[in-house]
Amino acid sequence: MSAALRPAAEPPVLEVRDLDVAFETRRGRAHAVQGVSFTLHRGERLGLVGESGSGKTTTALALMRLLRPPGRILGGEAWLGELDLLAAKPAALRQARFARIALVPQGAMNSLNPVLTCGTQIEDLLQAHGVPAGGAATQTRIARLLDGVGLASEIARLYPHQLSGGMKQRVCIALAMALGPSVILADEPTSALDVIVQKQVLRTLIAAQKTLGAGMVLVGHDMGLMAQFAHTVGVMYAGTLVEVGPVRALFADPRHPYTRMLIASLPRFDRRRHFVGIPGMAPSLFNPPPGCPFHPRCPQATARCAAEIPQEQILPDGRRVRCHYAQEPALAA
Amino acid sequence: MLLEADSVEVAFGGGISGGARRLALRGVSLALPADQPTILAVVGESGSGKTTLTRLLLGLLCPTAGTVRYLGQDIARMDRAAHAAFRREVQAVFQDPFAAYNPFYPVDRILILPARQFGLVATRAAAYALAEASLVQVGLRPAETLGRYPHQLSGGQRQRLMVARALMLRPRVIVADEPVSMVDASLRATILQNLYGLTVDHRISLLYVTHDLATAYQVADRVAVMQNGVVVEEGDVEAVIRRPQHPYTQALVAAIPPPDPTVPWGVDDEAA
Amino acid sequence: MSAVLRQIGREKLLLAGLLLLGCLALVGLLGPLVTDTSLAEIGTTRARLPPDAAHLLGTDTQGRDVLAALVAALPQTLKIGLLAGLLGLGVGGLLGLLAGYLRGLSDVVIRTTADVVMTIPAIAVLVLVATNVRTMTVGLMAVIVAGLAWMYPTRAIRAQTLSLRELTYIDMARLNGIGGLRLVMTELLPNLAPYFAASFVTAVSTAMLATVGLEALGLGPQNQLTLGMMLYWAQYYGAVLRGMWWWWLPPVAAIALIFIGLLAVSAGMDRLLNARTRQDG
Repeated sequence: MSAALRPAAEPPVLEVRDLDVAFETRRGRAHAVQGVSFTLHRGERLGLVGESGSGKTTTALALMRLLRPPGRILGGEAWLGELDLLAAKPAALRQARFARIALVPQGAMNSLNPVLTCGTQIEDLLQAHGVPAGGAATQTRIARLLDGVGLASEIARLYPHQLSGGMKQRVCIALAMALGPSVILADEPTSALDVIVQKQVLRTLIAAQKTLGAGMVLVGHDMGLMAQFAHTVGVMYAGTLVEVGPVRALFADPRHPYTRMLIASLPRFDRRRHFVGIPGMAPSLFNPPPGCPFHPRCPQATARCAAEIPQEQILPDGRRVRCHYAQEPALAA
Repeated sequence: MLLEADSVEVAFGGGISGGARRLALRGVSLALPADQPTILAVVGESGSGKTTLTRLLLGLLCPTAGTVRYLGQDIARMDRAAHAAFRREVQAVFQDPFAAYNPFYPVDRILILPARQFGLVATRAAAYALAEASLVQVGLRPAETLGRYPHQLSGGQRQRLMVARALMLRPRVIVADEPVSMVDASLRATILQNLYGLTVDHRISLLYVTHDLATAYQVADRVAVMQNGVVVEEGDVEAVIRRPQHPYTQALVAAIPPPDPTVPWGVDDEAA
Repeated sequence: MSAVLRQIGREKLLLAGLLLLGCLALVGLLGPLVTDTSLAEIGTTRARLPPDAAHLLGTDTQGRDVLAALVAALPQTLKIGLLAGLLGLGVGGLLGLLAGYLRGLSDVVIRTTADVVMTIPAIAVLVLVATNVRTMTVGLMAVIVAGLAWMYPTRAIRAQTLSLRELTYIDMARLNGIGGLRLVMTELLPNLAPYFAASFVTAVSTAMLATVGLEALGLGPQNQLTLGMMLYWAQYYGAVLRGMWWWWLPPVAAIALIFIGLLAVSAGMDRLLNARTRQDG
């Protein structure tokens, strides 16, 4: 469910249903992602936000089928048009990756090949998807790609180590855009960058997304960033999507206690020495608590919360909340 | 002055096996006053020299020019007794909650060793009693913490343990280098609240080094902004953040995303 | 400690290697109780007998019972390897630790020396030294061989020390007022222990290889029997030409087993170290 950006008639570019991922380790099974469902439309920016262990990165990796053992997709569907990413054969996946769905990975600066120039790496990607090698046409295309991310065409001749962190990140964004995918997954693309560069890279990301008209999923842990970046925000906790909805409605009136407390814990510039944290620790994924995963830390938990896993409640504005008391507006803090 | 850096300069490289000579700090002067406990935030991005400044003020590094003074004495020229006092009265909380622990020993050591080393207690039993009291102060349960190895605790627990250690030694100054940057957002506020509250309760001065202007605003009385090894702006935290003078400070303030979707930030040309 | 033992227990390759070496050592230690090692002396038996009930591995041209000789030679070879390995590790490890911890001039001197010595062809030096020694003994062999095995532990330990000393917990120790030797002993050394162990195995392997090489050339201890010397005598008296396979095959097999064991231990330790670093991170 997303904000009314496009008429409901237009089909989503990505539709994920009940994604389930687990890690089978010696210590047992860690259920990293449970029943995650969301839809993404053309031109929409979805922010998947959560803390460490919430399962947000695992979700992105699962969608790209880049999970390694002991990670395993247990179930679910991810429809990219007519292709189910989770069930696709390797050949179909290879065709789809970067051509229809691209990833800007975490620590993207370290995923550039240090012995190839940036231009060569983009060219390699194009070649792998059938674009003829060499020639002025390819070079022009590369130059245009780099220009689209705010880099001069000379960058194509440089090696990754000659570039700053922000510039490397932008090369990675250019790579993700190269084949004009309809969905771009960005996994914490700015976490390792300084704040000023972070803003520049986000600006680049938004501009790139608009040029392509692609749908974008930004995975991150910074709620403040999501407020400024996303059209729709999905809050993840302990592997489940606890609240998903249009960004303004979510920030104005958060219905899940975790969302509420996460927003409240953001340091603000209107009040000093006002610290609001969330007590307790994230639950163990090997041995989750019964009922709602958040109930041990929730100030409004009741006996029902400890016993019964909350179903998804759908609010009038289209939001989905996994809380027994989602229908009631926030109690005075 | 309690702890001060006086026109310090730190250069790296240029030696036998080093590369080109590079100045990490150039003519930096900062001070914590002795008359009353102050919270001074040092804000800068990577390459600003803030970590080098931290190491300098902790006596882990010697400046190539200028002096670092504790209670008026040059720390490089202190006698044994003065140096020992310096080591006890100036404590640190580091950024990486994992690397600060020697993986070979259980975490108890991080509390017990300094307690014995600085002569705070006479016996091992007394050391454990002191350790347990400190743990409780930061919201950790001794039964769940003592006896464990670093990798058995969560990042948040390890960081809180570092704070417990710093407080246990009853210092006059705590130098905290990015104490919450590697910790989850929900936990940050709790740890900062702890740190702030306890420094106020025990009248400890705090040097809070960070890249995060927002938390600096929350915690500090004064703030100094660093860029490329120089302090570009310093002053009362309200003044610097509300009316930044230096273009770099202005850029830093503008780079913080307002956590309100209705307030424009300038990344999306057609505001959502 | 028990956690470490449990981790070792999970590494099958490591266990297999240790078991193999353990068995060989046991044969060397307990063998003399079972077989009569006096039969390993020259002229104690009838010569050139193929294996039979009385002499399980036959006899050689000098009248030695091959099985008895093997049992006597095995511990000697192991001893040289062990001694040389310990010596190489002791000297090399210490130098590596100093170079990595002190840095600056000490590092440059130690590092350059090690690098230069490594380029000297080992066999040439060994041959030169060995031929100029009047009587070669097991102990002396160990020292000579160690002289060319110390560089590898130096480099390995130096590299680890350089990276460990930058870690925050070293700063913490300094902030606690701990410095110098105490810092090295209580903070660095325990974390270097696995690397010392790995370097030890490398040093022993290098030493044994050099030893067997020297001995096969005839430069080994003349009066003590080692596996390499058995090979030398076998080759000297034309065992292959005479078809006396029972003379040259057993020492070759024994040497091969030792190296297989060392290789398994080395590979297993490598896996163990990588698993530990992955877990710690």
